[in-house]
Amino acid sequence: MKRLLTAFVSCVALAGAPMAGSAAEANKELKMAYDADPVTLDIHEQLSGGILQLSHMTFDPLIRWTKDLQFEPRLAKSWERIDDKTMRFHLREGVKFHSGNTLSSEDVKFTFDRLKKSQDFKAIFQPFSDLKIIDDTTFDLITKEPYPLLLNAATYIFPMDKKFYSGKDDQGRDKDMVSKQVDTFASRHESGTGPYIVTSRQQGVKVEFKRFDDYWDKDSPGNVGHITLTPIKENNTRVSALLSGGVDFIAPVPPTDLDRIKRDPNTDLVTMSGTRIIIFEMNQKRVEAFKDKRVRQAIAYAINQEGIAAKIMKGFATPAAQLSPEGYQGHVDGLKPRYDIAKAKELMKEAGYEDGFTITMMAPNNRYVNDDKIAQAVAAMLARINIKVDLKTLPKAQYWPEFDNRAADMMMIGWHADTEDSANFYEFLTMCPNTDTGAGQYNAGNYCNPELDKLVEQANVETDRDKRAKMLQKVEQGLYDDAAFIPLHWQDLAWASKKNVEIEPILNVMNFPYIGDLVVK
Amino acid sequence: MLAFLVQRIGQAILVMFVISVISFAIQDGLGDPLRQMVGQSVSDAEREQLREDLGLNDPIVVQYARFATNAVQGDLGNSYFYGEPTLDVIMDHLPATLELVIAASLMIIFLSIPIGVYAAIRPRAWLSKFFMGVSTVGISIPVFLTAIVLIQLFSIGVTVDWFPADTGWGQWLNDVFSTDGGMPSYGRGQELTHLFGTWDSNFFSWDGLLHLLLPAVSLASIMLPLFIRLIRAEMMEVLQSDYIRYAQAKGISPWRINFLHALKNTMLPVITVGGVQIGIMVAYTILTETVFQWPGVGLMFLEAITRSDIPLIVAYLMVVGLIFVITNTVVDLVYGLVNPTVKLTGKKA
Repeated sequence: MKRLLTAFVSCVALAGAPMAGSAAEANKELKMAYDADPVTLDIHEQLSGGILQLSHMTFDPLIRWTKDLQFEPRLAKSWERIDDKTMRFHLREGVKFHSGNTLSSEDVKFTFDRLKKSQDFKAIFQPFSDLKIIDDTTFDLITKEPYPLLLNAATYIFPMDKKFYSGKDDQGRDKDMVSKQVDTFASRHESGTGPYIVTSRQQGVKVEFKRFDDYWDKDSPGNVGHITLTPIKENNTRVSALLSGGVDFIAPVPPTDLDRIKRDPNTDLVTMSGTRIIIFEMNQKRVEAFKDKRVRQAIAYAINQEGIAAKIMKGFATPAAQLSPEGYQGHVDGLKPRYDIAKAKELMKEAGYEDGFTITMMAPNNRYVNDDKIAQAVAAMLARINIKVDLKTLPKAQYWPEFDNRAADMMMIGWHADTEDSANFYEFLTMCPNTDTGAGQYNAGNYCNPELDKLVEQANVETDRDKRAKMLQKVEQGLYDDAAFIPLHWQDLAWASKKNVEIEPILNVMNFPYIGDLVVK
Repeated sequence: MLAFLVQRIGQAILVMFVISVISFAIQDGLGDPLRQMVGQSVSDAEREQLREDLGLNDPIVVQYARFATNAVQGDLGNSYFYGEPTLDVIMDHLPATLELVIAASLMIIFLSIPIGVYAAIRPRAWLSKFFMGVSTVGISIPVFLTAIVLIQLFSIGVTVDWFPADTGWGQWLNDVFSTDGGMPSYGRGQELTHLFGTWDSNFFSWDGLLHLLLPAVSLASIMLPLFIRLIRAEMMEVLQSDYIRYAQAKGISPWRINFLHALKNTMLPVITVGGVQIGIMVAYTILTETVFQWPGVGLMFLEAITRSDIPLIVAYLMVVGLIFVITNTVVDLVYGLVNPTVKLTGKKA
């Protein structure tokens, strides 16, 4: 009888909406292993890859990025520009939170206000002045100035359940409190609109999820009913867990094991060129020679990005000559790595440094993929143009204080733009350091070109996409010509799964797998 | 006895005090905990505020005084990362580590004694030589390598094609050297039995035991050879002594001589070494737990270091210090039971 009934239901479902059938039978198991588990359930406590991955599982954003960096409606079914500073959003109707409450503009407003209080997220929402409720399912997002990245920021709005997060917890603290220091209500409880509900969680051991029965997106092909997320920090152990069949899906995959996974007949490997740029900054305040554009260019000519990507990164990186990866507005197609030792030597001679000089260099040794080996390679390459490098690599916990003190002449940093936009790179890495505005916070090179800064500022209030792209590209070109820093590569991303887990369609360059849409055969 | 215990408690307090001072003194070298707590684009001012809130801007002496005042009341501070009292975090993770140590210790006890005794009684037997050979290899392979090899062999499995597969014997040899894999390679598994408090046990389900096996074997692999060799050497010496020869002349059964008279005296130095080694084993769990993602205090400690979670690091070191003191005390007591001629310090003669 039961089988008959199921057959009948799936028939109806097939006839009605072809996709709905699979959504109704979310009964597959998925065991996945990341290198870390989410620090907290409060999606506003920390801005990190891990938390955003969690956000996409337990919550839903207003809009989200597609694979080709376009916007896709989620909880907001449509939006339109009202004026220069205002965008009107229309929410989907009848969307339920895990608590059973219904989503309304009030919840979005609550979330927006909470984001502005969060230490990590407030910077992204700094350009916004207000969120105005029009009715239950309509609201306006208003910026202080015309702001071209309004929609980029909207991908960070994952509406939280206002009723659920209101009132006091058993320790007498407000339930909506955001704090890194104390155990808050929100860090232990969640009520979002997302495809998965957290059923149990042991920090550092595992998190268990189950599919939300009333999930609004009936068109989602996702058929995973239960997920166990285990953090496995050791690369080797994570790969072994997949190869031995202990888990179905792992990320990240270390470059040394790519071949091993490709060779295995039971696993699939997906790699993608990433958006995290790795660069070296040359401190002009500490080294007189770095003030000379020709010396910086000489260094840029001396570095063999292709070689590093091929030999050290084992092809697991895209050689870079600029900050903006492909698909970003500032990306300039023509900029290619300019490796040419003869030209580099010539420039050094021209600048009067034929005999070279000695500098210090620092890099982390456990932050980016192969960071210490890359630094050694760069040091060796600089030796060929007579720049002697005194290299020190440190664990990340010790590296960042040194970075803040600008403790070496050349320092490594990797950067991912939270807004998925070129301007973010310039604001943090190349604009003239200014402690009042916070510009150039990670510009350890102290490079300063007011003209380019002005362009960035103009671009930040230009809402015309094409005009803005032109401005950003001009900045990128200017930085290249000035050899403001030494770009190395964009770190690739890699995921691996068992053959029956179809991860390819749900992966993207932001590294937020949309697990809700995952299909397991 | 009482005086002995009081003296040991005094020592324990001293040890904890020294550990806490040392770990406080080196905390600057452990890096900046804030970097691990906030996103990269958080402004300097925000970070400075958080630093102030955490009391990290106070002079180190003030910070230590605050820590010590709370510590004597049993409060070792809150972990930055977990946001919970450090002792709670450690108690959550400690059972996993203790089970691993217990499992490894059991393996060592039940393997090293028979093998060691056998190797001492029949030093020329080929099996003895085999055990001695394997133990030499075992003692010289680092524990993480053992762990990785175990995972490859028994979790992932290897297919061997060294021999011609078209011949019967080749195929047979290939099969002998190939392994299927399938053993769990990480974590404690799903089927844990709740005992009490934070203690969930792996010992009471088949799945739990399977998960425990590989980590315990690799942890035991460092100590096992040592104990086999120790027991063999001691036993051989004891077997030479007059009272054994006398017993043999008297016609007492060899079994009784070997396992009752000889073994008892063999065990004295073994217990001494064992006590120290259990402490060292707790330290080795850091490596084993990392490779097997075993959620115990070793893994927790290693992660605390990468996160510069200073309160947790300090608390871990103090708890491990305490464990060392306790095991040594217990060993001294047991020693007194096995050999009544040994006097405990502090005990009146």
